[in-house]
Amino acid sequence: MSSLKVFYSRLRTEEKLIFEALERKGIPYDPMNIRNVDLSDIPLEPGDVALCRCLSQTQNVALAEILESRGIRTVNHSSVMLLCGDKIATAAALEHYGIPQPEYRVAFSPEKAVVMAEELGYPVVFKPAVGSWGRLLAKINDREAAEALIEHKSHMGAQHQVFFIQKYVEKGGFDLRVTLIGGEPLSAIQRWSDHWITNTARGGKALAYPLDPELRKLLYKVHDAIKGDFLAVDLFQTHDGWLVNEVNGQPEFRSSVNSVTGVDIPGIMVQYVWKLAG
Amino acid sequence: MTVNCMICDGILEMPGKVMEGELLVCPDCGTELEVISVDPLCLEEAPEVQEDWGE
Repeated sequence: MSSLKVFYSRLRTEEKLIFEALERKGIPYDPMNIRNVDLSDIPLEPGDVALCRCLSQTQNVALAEILESRGIRTVNHSSVMLLCGDKIATAAALEHYGIPQPEYRVAFSPEKAVVMAEELGYPVVFKPAVGSWGRLLAKINDREAAEALIEHKSHMGAQHQVFFIQKYVEKGGFDLRVTLIGGEPLSAIQRWSDHWITNTARGGKALAYPLDPELRKLLYKVHDAIKGDFLAVDLFQTHDGWLVNEVNGQPEFRSSVNSVTGVDIPGIMVQYVWKLAG
Repeated sequence: MTVNCMICDGILEMPGKVMEGELLVCPDCGTELEVISVDPLCLEEAPEVQEDWGE
């Protein structure tokens, strides 16, 4: 019989909700703390499914790649983790599929980063290619601030020497977080904040939002571009329509659960994952 | 069951069902502690947020 392994490193609210849902649905599973795991010792068979929930993207990708090499179905696949884990790769994929997103530039030198920020027009947002929870986002309002930030980034290691610069979007105080399972948009929340960063990890307040046909159509396109079993898409609403800001490949969903949206995300997710077991 | 905080020696009450990777907060000093193993029970100061953590 196939088995479901849930790999994790930190027992966040999400992992607790996943374990609770697995118990509630009567789905057999093995919780695996990655800290203590030796993959060569774990009995795994093709047809088994692994839900990869490590806090570290690096650990999660390495784990998924090893499991996939042994014929294990991973959620998400490592290719999706890599695509979503790199904001530049995500932006390129969205662009390839003609999906509207904030205007952006990628610079490979400090000098060109200043030029591109000027071309976009202030304010702009500098984002690290790898990062989450709103870490190291910088809204830059003028050339002097851009030059100072770029100088600081030049001392932060190789990862920060590729500059991802987005045109700042006036989003009216909220962004939208939509959770997709198996390519199907399940729930949407507005994340409101007085701060320009609206992540609920940074204190944004969540409110349920209805998924209309226009939004669903856009989200299906996003899934076509990114693939993935379990995604969270962040969008901005503008006068010209929705813009896709980011796609998360290791979603946190504590703010999108029943109490806010009426949707049992962990329950639907574990049933979906269990069905993948061969 | 109780365990002593390794930072301030305060006393933490363990929840009924505790799992590896769970975070507990010392009620005395507020330090975040991570459950490293359940049997034997072992806690460590939780690491700072890393650059690649998150979604």
